[in-house]
Amino acid sequence: MTTMPLRNTATLAWRTLVQIKHNPFELIDFSVQPIMFLLLFTYVFGGAMAGSPAEYLTFALPGIIVQNLIFATMNTGIGLNTDISKGVFDRLRSLPISRFAPLAGRISADVIKQAWAIALLLGLGMVLGFRIETGPVAVLAAFGLLLVFAMSLSWLSVLVAMLASAPEKVQIFGFVVFFPITMASGAFVDPSTMPGWLEAFAEINPTTVLTDAVRGLLSGGPVAGPAIWSLVWAAGFLVVFAPLSVRAFRRRV
Amino acid sequence: MDDTNAIVAEGLVKRYGDTTALDGVDLAVRAGTVLGLLGPNGAGKTTAVRVLATLIPPDAGHATVGGHDVVRRPHEVRGLIGLTGQYASVDESLTGTENLLMIGRLLGLSRPAARDRARTLLERFDLSDAAGRAAGKYSGGMRRRLDLAASLVGHPRLLYLDEPTTGLDPRSRNEVWEIVRGLVRDGVTVLLTTQYLDEADQLADEIVVIDHGRVIATGTPASLKARTGAQTVTVRPAFADQLARVRDAVGRVAAGPAVVTGEIVTAPVSDPGALAKLVRDLDEHGLTVDELALRSPSLDEVFLSLTGANS
Repeated sequence: MTTMPLRNTATLAWRTLVQIKHNPFELIDFSVQPIMFLLLFTYVFGGAMAGSPAEYLTFALPGIIVQNLIFATMNTGIGLNTDISKGVFDRLRSLPISRFAPLAGRISADVIKQAWAIALLLGLGMVLGFRIETGPVAVLAAFGLLLVFAMSLSWLSVLVAMLASAPEKVQIFGFVVFFPITMASGAFVDPSTMPGWLEAFAEINPTTVLTDAVRGLLSGGPVAGPAIWSLVWAAGFLVVFAPLSVRAFRRRV
Repeated sequence: MDDTNAIVAEGLVKRYGDTTALDGVDLAVRAGTVLGLLGPNGAGKTTAVRVLATLIPPDAGHATVGGHDVVRRPHEVRGLIGLTGQYASVDESLTGTENLLMIGRLLGLSRPAARDRARTLLERFDLSDAAGRAAGKYSGGMRRRLDLAASLVGHPRLLYLDEPTTGLDPRSRNEVWEIVRGLVRDGVTVLLTTQYLDEADQLADEIVVIDHGRVIATGTPASLKARTGAQTVTVRPAFADQLARVRDAVGRVAAGPAVVTGEIVTAPVSDPGALAKLVRDLDEHGLTVDELALRSPSLDEVFLSLTGANS
């Protein structure tokens, strides 16, 4: 029997997506939470931050999208860890299929979920008053940049999944590490209002550069600089975490 | 390699840190037969299956499955085997049909062929009514049947069953046994791990007993039972005041001392006619019993006897 890496990957991506049908909580997990964040940020902070919710939304929506994207990369690891601890992975690996198809299948499915979450946030943001000032090509470029970044960062999640003993620990790691990093950035406020040392951190924070790039692509403004830095970060995550993950993956499974 | 052996393992060693899970295990499973790998929890049974299923490489020793080396030719081995049991599991969030469909597609079947195969297997394992329900909602017996079905999608010539009935009620256990017997009739070679002597006795042509990662005995079920010797007779007197006299009656036919535990008298017996003698004896002495049973040695007793004989 020959391996068919692409077909194996597609089948396993299908499997991950079909799970949503049977576990509506997962849908809530990656739909309701971002919606909640969007509404809270807009209406709770909007007035204080920018004078009005609508004004703040224009600034904060790209940040909310990026923060949600970064949190959601952990789902890849949580799913992998669940598969390993439940024995599904052993079943898959006992089949004559491409060795990395289980990993590739999950990452592909998670990219589709990420695209859905971005579209959902952008759509709802527009209902609440956000306006895209650029064109369809720029919007597509924003999606592309976000998804490339998410795919690279999900390798960190794979690494954590291979080292963590339980799915809950992957989730805790994600929250403890990503919450402060995404907050200490230019996602929700202008970093120049921060103390000098924090401003310096916020300026190089990948959350900031990605948010700035998305702002430029949706609302106009400089794109090239932040987009290049976003890609540099993405490449960095890939170069560091992908080999470590693959090593941990080979050792664990 | 010997072509009558479907699985051959020589000197398998596997360590996890300071723990030695396998300490030089030799195995041979003849094609078309059932080998029972018997041992308590932590004996190394699952580790042995994982090595033979190419899931983990051994630290030393080597193994071939269908003539293919498990380390150098894992892909060929995977094409021959089906794995089911406590650690290789179905996806609980998918339905029965979806689980089988996924595996069929992964094995290269076309969509209609995978669907056909799923339907056939679900029917065969009496799961058609539950085909559209998530596997997580299945009962223990149904899950185990779905597990088995999942391992059979690719028509494997070798089936690894890792503790297929642990945690099942007696009825579900019998159903699984029937399925396994059917597969063996179709020519499938089976490697079965179990903690239950009874299960190995029911299904296996040959039994390998392992403990602490070592093979401590090999043989047919009958020869192992002969080695472990006595069966145990259990008697519960109908009246408490007859307990001492029942104990004496049991003592007269027993191969060892009769022991009273609560209201029950037990004793080892080796004479095949012991039970008949005991019944006559009880009758002659006017003793009435509620329960009278002869049972095979438990796994504990087998181990005590085997490890005792080896040390």
